[in-house]
Amino acid sequence: MSFFKKMFGKKDEETIKAEKAELDKGLERSKTGFFDKISKAVAGKATVDVEVLDELENVLITSDVGLETTVKIIDRIEARVARDKYINTNELNEILRDEIVQLLAENNNTQEIEDFRPPVDSKPYVMMVVGVNGVGKTTTIGKLAYQFKEMGLKVALGAGDTFRAAAVDQLEIWANRVGCEFFSKGMYTDPAAVAYEAVQYGINNDCDVVIVDTAGRLHTKKNLMMELTKIKNSMNKKMPGTPHDVMLVLDATTGQNAIEQAKQFTAATEVTCLALTKLDGTAKGGVAIGISDQFKIPIKYIGIGEGMTQLQVFNKREFVDSFFKKIEGS
Amino acid sequence: MFDNLSEKLESAFQGLKGDGKLTEINIAQSVKEIRRALVAADVNYKIAKEFTDKIKDQALGTKNVLSAVKPGEVMVKIVMDEMVELMGGQSVGINTSGKPGIILISGLQGSGKTTFSGKLANYLKTKKKKSPLLVACDVYRPAAINQLTVISEQIKVPIFKDEENKDPVQIAQNAILHAQTHGFDVVIVDTAGRLAVDEHMMREIENIKAGIEPSETLFVVDAMTGQDAVNTAKAFNERINYDGVVLTKMDGDTRGGAALSVKYTVGKPIKFVSTGETMETIDVFHPERMAQRILGMGDIVSFVEKAQEQFDEKEAARIEKKIKKNKFDFNDFLGQLNQIKKMGDLKSLINMIPGMSKMTKNLDIDDKAFSKVESIIQSMTPQERSNPELLNMSRKRRIANGCGHNIHEINMFVKQFDQMKKMMHKMSKGKGMQGMMGGMKK
Repeated sequence: MSFFKKMFGKKDEETIKAEKAELDKGLERSKTGFFDKISKAVAGKATVDVEVLDELENVLITSDVGLETTVKIIDRIEARVARDKYINTNELNEILRDEIVQLLAENNNTQEIEDFRPPVDSKPYVMMVVGVNGVGKTTTIGKLAYQFKEMGLKVALGAGDTFRAAAVDQLEIWANRVGCEFFSKGMYTDPAAVAYEAVQYGINNDCDVVIVDTAGRLHTKKNLMMELTKIKNSMNKKMPGTPHDVMLVLDATTGQNAIEQAKQFTAATEVTCLALTKLDGTAKGGVAIGISDQFKIPIKYIGIGEGMTQLQVFNKREFVDSFFKKIEGS
Repeated sequence: MFDNLSEKLESAFQGLKGDGKLTEINIAQSVKEIRRALVAADVNYKIAKEFTDKIKDQALGTKNVLSAVKPGEVMVKIVMDEMVELMGGQSVGINTSGKPGIILISGLQGSGKTTFSGKLANYLKTKKKKSPLLVACDVYRPAAINQLTVISEQIKVPIFKDEENKDPVQIAQNAILHAQTHGFDVVIVDTAGRLAVDEHMMREIENIKAGIEPSETLFVVDAMTGQDAVNTAKAFNERINYDGVVLTKMDGDTRGGAALSVKYTVGKPIKFVSTGETMETIDVFHPERMAQRILGMGDIVSFVEKAQEQFDEKEAARIEKKIKKNKFDFNDFLGQLNQIKKMGDLKSLINMIPGMSKMTKNLDIDDKAFSKVESIIQSMTPQERSNPELLNMSRKRRIANGCGHNIHEINMFVKQFDQMKKMMHKMSKGKGMQGMMGGMKK
């Protein structure tokens, strides 16, 4: 893998620019929603008073930032207002951004990735993807496979969702679209066996990356959660240390239940990273802030559209900047 | 399902229980708690505020009239009444009139449209004696058509699809013609998931609706949706003016605030709830029952209905006779277990029983809860199954080897079975079948 690291040392300027533009575009709607609300909240006010804070709380909560994180942010701003005595509402956005960035920086989950390069020096690098029904696991896998493929890596997808009707077909179509390897044992087969053999397949076929899909399941179904543990163990049996990453896919439109999902999935499979999907259409980019604050597990990727290329590496700073960019520009 | 919310409301009311009567102070306190609980349950912030303001007014108004009743109970009643009103009073069925009746299914990506389409077809076929036709109009998502095909095979409902055609309006129109000439009386049109902000896709669903003039347009919402539920519901409603809402993934532990918000915002009734991945897990939405559930009062009506559905009268009479004669055996026990299992997900069943949701919160109850007991019984000979008293030490040892559990577990089970049998025999003199359910819970 070090070979690849040399080859793809740094992203060139242009890619970075293009990516930022796309993130901005993808979040355009969330931004508009967020800022419209904030400007409404402070309209006609000269200073930050209790009423403005109340409105701000309202804005944060309705953006799905979540109760706990909202309270944290409000407390910080309140403290700042008390300290600086007189704060202009014009400064509010700046302060808010500051506080949010700081809040997120204080968390333990600062290990962020720079690009799509597999973070582990192993061949193959193995990833297992989990989540509740309908969050976009298979689509995210397809997009991720595309990114790995673009880096010149040989990728194999393992069809571990053997339960939902036509799930195997769906993944296979993605594999064909991306042009990567595909391993399946068909529908209604034992997903743990699929995972085991997918790793085997990756080793035999000299793959750099193996991504194993799993069936969507509600985190309240004890048996299905135990099945996940088994799937994970079966990979570890084939190749100790795998899966290197267990990625939980969360739907950005999900409310407070996302937190419970993360808890339960972590208990079953030791989730190591998160992917946040459907961020483009929700008007609720705020959920990324709530999750970054509440979890020690880092958000690694964000989905911002249905196209194959619309998956990005998540960078807190960039995200918050993007969130607040409109203000700087104006 | 709404456990968390009921718990929080319960604790909000607990503050009231000790006090003699409703006062402005304790009302304000509990109202604040209720609002918090609602917001944490993903009820839209604005709606939660309006809702609790209403409750506050009502509570202040009633304090003198009902000073004889405990304040906690008064609050529960007020919240309950308001909740039922908020969620839409009476339950509303779906309109399948027309030749054929046309049902259009819409919603966001991953909300569960395709699975729900299958469930609805199955429901119309088995419960309403209709002959439905599924129509695959999701021409975008990879394998979406295959998914509906597999489902149609599962429930033995025909499907209309055209993999060459990329125009969903045309596909739907052709399907309706096909239905008319082939004797189908309802068509269910499954469409692609789309974001409310995607202009192109929203225009498409508008066109589909205009092109087929459905008798019923349904909007499918994931029950786990957050604050955004209100916006999405509103946006879809503005474009396609749907007739009703479907809540999916209700078998999770979501607090389901979306249910409360959607009706309030768009004024459209919630018609179905979906509670699992098998094709039978679809329920008609009952606002009053849901309110009871939210308030932790259980949903005994749904429970009894479910039980009745699976209830075989002859079998029940036979078993009751056996219990009376104290002849209840392992075969009967196994039969009863299977009947309960047929009723659906155990945890959601038990939560329907008033007061149970609290007790089972930390309990692992799932569909495999019976598997140990089943494996023990299945390792018995037919003779042993019909004559429990035959079981001696050597037989038990053989059973233990057969089922893979140790001898203590076998002993424990047999002992429990005996106790249960005695208990049922005793009860049979009084209550009959009703008492049985209690005995089965082990």
